[in-house]
Amino acid sequence: MNTEAIIPKLNQFVGQYVNIKEITTDLDLFASGRVNSLFAMQLVLFVEKEFGFKVENEDLDYENFKSIDAILGFIQRKLAAA
Amino acid sequence: MTEKRVGVIGAGVMGRGVAQNLAQSGFNVVMVDISESVLDKAGKEIYNNVRFQGFMKKDKSQVDNPDTILSRILFTTDYEQLKDVYYVVENVVEKWEAKSEVYPRLDKVCPEHAVFAVDTSCYSITRVAALTKRPDKIIGIHFMNPVPMKPTVEVIKGWHTSEETITITTELLAAMGKDWVIVNDSPGFVSNRVLMLTINEAVFLLQEQVANAKQVDDIFKKCFGHKMGPLETADLIGLDTILYSIEVLQESFNDSKYRPCALLKKMVDAGLLGRKSGKGFYSY
Repeated sequence: MNTEAIIPKLNQFVGQYVNIKEITTDLDLFASGRVNSLFAMQLVLFVEKEFGFKVENEDLDYENFKSIDAILGFIQRKLAAA
Repeated sequence: MTEKRVGVIGAGVMGRGVAQNLAQSGFNVVMVDISESVLDKAGKEIYNNVRFQGFMKKDKSQVDNPDTILSRILFTTDYEQLKDVYYVVENVVEKWEAKSEVYPRLDKVCPEHAVFAVDTSCYSITRVAALTKRPDKIIGIHFMNPVPMKPTVEVIKGWHTSEETITITTELLAAMGKDWVIVNDSPGFVSNRVLMLTINEAVFLLQEQVANAKQVDDIFKKCFGHKMGPLETADLIGLDTILYSIEVLQESFNDSKYRPCALLKKMVDAGLLGRKSGKGFYSY
């Protein structure tokens, strides 16, 4: 799956919680106070379901999910390794 | 690591938190609920909660493996599985009919020495104890939600609760990483009696237009340094629960100082229940 296919899906999911038009892709969603830990859980479950891989315990890290860029990079790495 | 088995009755929000906290403290847990589907959901939620504990932690070696934690919990609808537990934490719904059905069953199946802790925010521990043939072994533990994150609990000593029961309970709580405050049995204990009356009085202030919701909460937060004001707290707990709790206090004490504010009743009737309904004293 290429980047162009991933971005709309990701934006649609994140858009349920924050206004995508108001944020930059490198904004730390958690530090900005726009989302909470409940969002993190929903996000990981979404990524697993939508992109068909398991997020291992060692991958379950803030750094992999903090911004749109970080999530995109993480999905690409996981899909490339699969 | 202890070999001791603990029963957790009721797989709702509180039961899940208690079971997770116990399993992460090395206890083997027997979790009993009347519904298979609720037990199934409880297992999934505990698994995910343990998984996510590592999310903000840099050092992953300190994080529990969710499979290991889940393997310490037996999920069952069968009370017979409680035959060798030494301690039971009961977290069924806060309805007297439910409590009065559970305790005689526990009394029958659990070993004679087993202690039963009532996880409640309103019922009299002494009254629950009367449902069993072991009133000296009944104690109250008012856990706070979310259980694994909240460091302190309110422990309630019933009329007949023995010193030995208190010792067994505090040892269990210490093993769970909890601190405690022990109080005597009385409707609402300390926590809810003070909190519910405070919230109710704050609603009277709104009704009388002395201050608006934000002003009331700001005084508690900015002047007293509380983390949340009483009306924000009410929205978090749920206005229906607040109303129900005040009604229980009024009924228990027969004292008009616990009369619920008319505005609170009206808001509950209007479906303004707080965070869970999207609107209460604030909009969400």
